[in-house]
Amino acid sequence: MASSGLELLWLSAPQLARGAWETLSISASAIAFSTLGGVLYGVLRSLGKRWLDVPLRVYLELFRAIPVLVWLYLFFFGLPIFAGISVPSFWCAVLVLTLWGASEVGEVVRGGLRSLPRGQREAGLAIGLSAVQLYHEVLLPQVLKRITPPTINVYTRIIKTSSLAVLIGVVDVIKVGQQIIERTYESVLIYGFLFLFFFFLCYPLSAASRVLERRWSHA
Amino acid sequence: MNFDWNFVLSTLPAFGRAVLVTLQVGAIAIATSLLVALVNASILVLRVPLLQRLVGLYVEVARNTPLLIQLFFIYFALPSVGIRISGFSSAIIAMTFLGGAYLTEVLRAGVEAVPKAQIESGLSIGLSRWQLLRHVILPQAGILSLPALFANFIFLLKETTVVSAVAVPEILYTTKNYIAMYYKTYEMLAVMTALCVLLFLPLSLLLAYLERRLQHGQFGS
Repeated sequence: MASSGLELLWLSAPQLARGAWETLSISASAIAFSTLGGVLYGVLRSLGKRWLDVPLRVYLELFRAIPVLVWLYLFFFGLPIFAGISVPSFWCAVLVLTLWGASEVGEVVRGGLRSLPRGQREAGLAIGLSAVQLYHEVLLPQVLKRITPPTINVYTRIIKTSSLAVLIGVVDVIKVGQQIIERTYESVLIYGFLFLFFFFLCYPLSAASRVLERRWSHA
Repeated sequence: MNFDWNFVLSTLPAFGRAVLVTLQVGAIAIATSLLVALVNASILVLRVPLLQRLVGLYVEVARNTPLLIQLFFIYFALPSVGIRISGFSSAIIAMTFLGGAYLTEVLRAGVEAVPKAQIESGLSIGLSRWQLLRHVILPQAGILSLPALFANFIFLLKETTVVSAVAVPEILYTTKNYIAMYYKTYEMLAVMTALCVLLFLPLSLLLAYLERRLQHGQFGS
């Protein structure tokens, strides 16, 4: 089976690559949007404005408490009836992973900004920096090292969670694998491949996060 | 859009059972994960040769792969090598595989967080290795790990939603089933959301509260 198994993987490579591209596209889009949303969330929370804090905390608690798969079903089945729009399952997955990921990245950014001494903000304002300058030139650069390792951990969770997209009908690498199994019955081989696919995607990120955390913990 | 209350009422017994299944899968998986983690963490703390490498490998593999793939591997791939496991058992095994790794890390971190002076003091008054573990390290590591343990318990309970993919009749599977059979999408999504909010939101808020409280409840500092 070793040679025929490898042969099957080789023959299925173009198909698997298309599925893998779909999986990677979902993850990469969700990671990019989560980062933008998360920084925005963290900055808005750090302003200490009550009228911002209340809705943002409600958003955070809802996305933290309710499992991602529930959100996927809510958006996938719910958007057509509640909003009258039908979103393709691919974008549904990106949207839900982004909303969830941004809440996770957001808490990391908020925690990082909170750890800075008040004097940093006050000094920045005292020399007449605008709010944008204050965050861009003073506050965010200082927390970058602190927030990078935990943010990378959120990225690996986004990649792992992107696997759930198959359950709302995205033809990702898992779905392609299942199609190959239906044809060939090589379930151990294909699921073994999927196992390694996700492992080699996530492990380097986890390892990098750990190394950076150790290296920067004294910075 | 009319909300069909009668239909919702007729599904409530099934959803009641679904909540019980969710709690059952969650509780069993948490218990077995904790057992696996206790064994693994002991191996790591006592630095058992060879075994500690295996534990390290297991933790990396389990933490860097999605639960869904672990679940599908057990449920769909193992039968082809002659191992046939029911959806429910697959769910427990996969969640234990995942949860065991996360909890191992939590317990190990708890032990490492015990201040060195505590261990040195214990040794200096002549405690044996076992006494040190039993009376000094474990009680403190236990308290230090509590918030993270509780957070991971909730994480595992939330992950039970994923096992709907192998036909375990928990909340999501029941929802999807009713949508497929009766097209009552609106009603079923409402029930699913209500149940999840009732089940998970209080736990999540309780966790946030406990994390704040327990920060002040440590020994020897």
